[in-house]
Amino acid sequence: MLDKELRSMIGQVKDGRMDRRAFIKRLAAVGLTAPLANQILALGGVAMAEGPTTYKPTKRGGGGALKLLWWQGPTLLNPHFATGTKDQDGSRLFYEPLACWDPDGNMKLVLAAEIPSIENGLLAADGKSVTWKLKPGVKWHDGKPFTADDVVFNWEYAKDPATSALTIATHRDITVEKVDDLTVRILFKKPTPFWADAFVGAPNTIIPKHLFADYTGSKSREAPTNLSPVGTGPYKFVEFKPGDLVRGQLNPDYHMPNRPYFDTVEMKGGGDAVSAARAVIQTGEYDFGWNIQVEDDVLLRLEKGGKGKTVYAVGGDTEFIALNFTDPNTEVDGERSSMKTKHPLFSDPAVRKALSLLVDRESVKKAIYGRAGRTTANFLNGPEKFVSKNTTWEFSVEKASKLLDDAGWKPGADGIREKDGKKLKLLYQTSINGPRQKTQAIIKQACQKAGIEVELKSVVASVFFSSDVANPDTYAKFYADIEMFQIPLSQPDPSQHMRRYLSTNVATKENKWQGTNFPRWVNKDYDAAIEAAESEMDPIKRAAHYIKANDLMYQDTVFIPVQHRLKVEAAANNLRPIVSGWANETDNLHDWYREE
Amino acid sequence: MSQYVLRRLLIAIPSLLGISLVLFVVLALAPGDPFAELATNPNVPPEVALALRAKFGLDDPIYLRYLHWLNAMVHGDWGFSFVSRMNVDTLILQRLPATLYVIGSAQILALLIAIPVGVYAATKPYSLFDQIANTLAFVGFSLPTFFTGILFILIFSVTLDWLPFVYTTDIKGTGIRWVLEMIRQAIMPVAVLGLFQAASMTRFVRSAMLDVIRLDYVTTARAKGLGQATVIVKHVMRNAMIPVVTLIALQMPAVFGGAIVTEQIFRIPGIGSLLITSILSNDTPVVMAVTFVFACLVVLFNLIADVLYGWLDPRISLR
Repeated sequence: MLDKELRSMIGQVKDGRMDRRAFIKRLAAVGLTAPLANQILALGGVAMAEGPTTYKPTKRGGGGALKLLWWQGPTLLNPHFATGTKDQDGSRLFYEPLACWDPDGNMKLVLAAEIPSIENGLLAADGKSVTWKLKPGVKWHDGKPFTADDVVFNWEYAKDPATSALTIATHRDITVEKVDDLTVRILFKKPTPFWADAFVGAPNTIIPKHLFADYTGSKSREAPTNLSPVGTGPYKFVEFKPGDLVRGQLNPDYHMPNRPYFDTVEMKGGGDAVSAARAVIQTGEYDFGWNIQVEDDVLLRLEKGGKGKTVYAVGGDTEFIALNFTDPNTEVDGERSSMKTKHPLFSDPAVRKALSLLVDRESVKKAIYGRAGRTTANFLNGPEKFVSKNTTWEFSVEKASKLLDDAGWKPGADGIREKDGKKLKLLYQTSINGPRQKTQAIIKQACQKAGIEVELKSVVASVFFSSDVANPDTYAKFYADIEMFQIPLSQPDPSQHMRRYLSTNVATKENKWQGTNFPRWVNKDYDAAIEAAESEMDPIKRAAHYIKANDLMYQDTVFIPVQHRLKVEAAANNLRPIVSGWANETDNLHDWYREE
Repeated sequence: MSQYVLRRLLIAIPSLLGISLVLFVVLALAPGDPFAELATNPNVPPEVALALRAKFGLDDPIYLRYLHWLNAMVHGDWGFSFVSRMNVDTLILQRLPATLYVIGSAQILALLIAIPVGVYAATKPYSLFDQIANTLAFVGFSLPTFFTGILFILIFSVTLDWLPFVYTTDIKGTGIRWVLEMIRQAIMPVAVLGLFQAASMTRFVRSAMLDVIRLDYVTTARAKGLGQATVIVKHVMRNAMIPVVTLIALQMPAVFGGAIVTEQIFRIPGIGSLLITSILSNDTPVVMAVTFVFACLVVLFNLIADVLYGWLDPRISLR
């Protein structure tokens, strides 16, 4: 039904009977907004348009200093080596992608002249190639012209395994060719519904060929430009002290009119989130604080009569509890949580369902995340187009108890339920992080009421998320019954995110626990849905496949979503930052300004 | 004397080797790895993380890695940071000025408080001044720096809005304005560290003075008719300062350690905060280098203390 309606609406937009904004509004009404709405139009044959701009300044510069506080400062400034978003954020001050994402998930042009679409002929109808036209007249900070050669070079640089670029996955399966000096074409091996990955967004900014050409492959780490970037961005590089400070000054030759507004930019690192919030909101020493993961109570207190406020951006990050489908306590061939075992308790679906009923998402929101969280029943929470409407959640100790009673789990003498000599005792692990430990406590309490004993375990984040094969406490080994964390959705598309749970990706001793399917859940229907989605060029059908995949996870209770988390930033009251849940904080920095 | 120093320096070599071996093994056995953040990044395939581990030699056996490290160190190569992809020595040299500035000022502040207060308290033991000085000293060294640091921030930055609590290395302005800003932003961290040091030092100066003040030669000096000031400064302090100087020299490494917390609170880009961030991101080459620098400092200041001792007190012979 939705399918037909959408199609006729796309037709109306094409004929000009409905304007683009009305189309997006209609989609929003049926829960299909955000980035993909525009991609729907692009694939439906209507050009993707830029979102409206709210930029007010009428001249370049004059805005004074912009002081940014990143409590984890960037440690290097080559986007291809960025180990975390902090490094991408720092690099993005100087380097630019072809296009970036605005807060609504619309594509926004940076170094490209035109957004590819089927209508303008830049996007192939079969989804196997996309052509980018580059903006003419763009110059690197050292005065050399920016051309298609630079774009092609970035692909060659990153795809070479000897370079050990962390952007290799984006680049190794594509081919990039130069059409003319200001045109490049990306060829995909198979139909690629989400074509806006390479050269788009802060993780994929473009470095200059003339300064890196001599430092490819194994020589990559010797490039002097790794630490003193020469880009095309709004700010020119001045100074870099790893982990402490990045400084830039206005680029007088910047290719966008009236931009940037600020004369200098400074990104200070170090400290912790709470004191960063204090320095922005309470004392006003800084203009913008990154990633303020602080309890809402504290933020509300700081905001009272303060000099700044918190800023939120909706993305697709979900804090979840994963259930282990294998037995963490039995060792088979030197491997715990082996695929040859079944979890003794969770093999009963009633136990999994009961556990889901015991997660009080509303209390977690109220007590911990506040304005930075939303309750949800889904694992996949964005972009909107992919969010399932078929699911519900509920918190009820009574229902959980009844479910367990009916399934034969009776309370023993110590109040803990048991069946066939197996006691309902769970080990619940997560990384050390204030909100996570509080969530653990809330859930443990509810479980106790229902006769489930929960033992809590917290692991230092650097160990928990480590790929160290020798360590037993990593999330991938999953030597516990349930574990909680989040995996960021780094682009406005769920494909990479959902691929992780294919049955071929199970984490085992054989693949050194590098497999991404850590719950070790195997479901043929899920595999089929993901595979169908990956080659489906029709955006509506593709979304339906991902929704089905999400619903399969929901039915099997693979993940218990705890909270849909929003990005939280702190900003001075007069600063107008543009922050997107689909991009890095500095991705739209050229459009930031201060209200006089 | 020079022979003694030379011999001590030679003895320092095996002990530094031993220290480096212990540090290296402990760090190698510690859990975690520098590429942890990659694991949940959906853009980075797991093979890439494995290839990086191999490239940085994280999969080699420990003894091989230690020998590599030692060999490089002998040739003046401090190693290569996994996280910043730059040389460790550049990283440390970049951070050193801030640390030296803050720690040096704190130490001077501590001495300026501890010596006059300790000496005056010792000349009038159990007087009201002595009682107050003692109480404050006890309070001072019982309160950890992370507590006083936050307390200072709440009072002077948040409530009174007098001082900034984020330390910046690039202060705008030149000349006198630069100097004033530099002093202004260092007031809180220097006060926190300096007062903590001063507290224990005051106690030490006082007891050292009390030990000497009762000796017969002091009574003799007084009997000669010398004034109180001359007796205290020329006769008592001179001898009482011998153990104090040693203590200060020996405490220097501990001061560096104590600065780690303070640097973190006030975001001072010193080697202490470098150590913390490197530990958190499992950047072992940097952790190794910074801890090794601390080890060298301990050995060096021990040596300085011994030499100073002999110089101040000729009765002690150095052989």
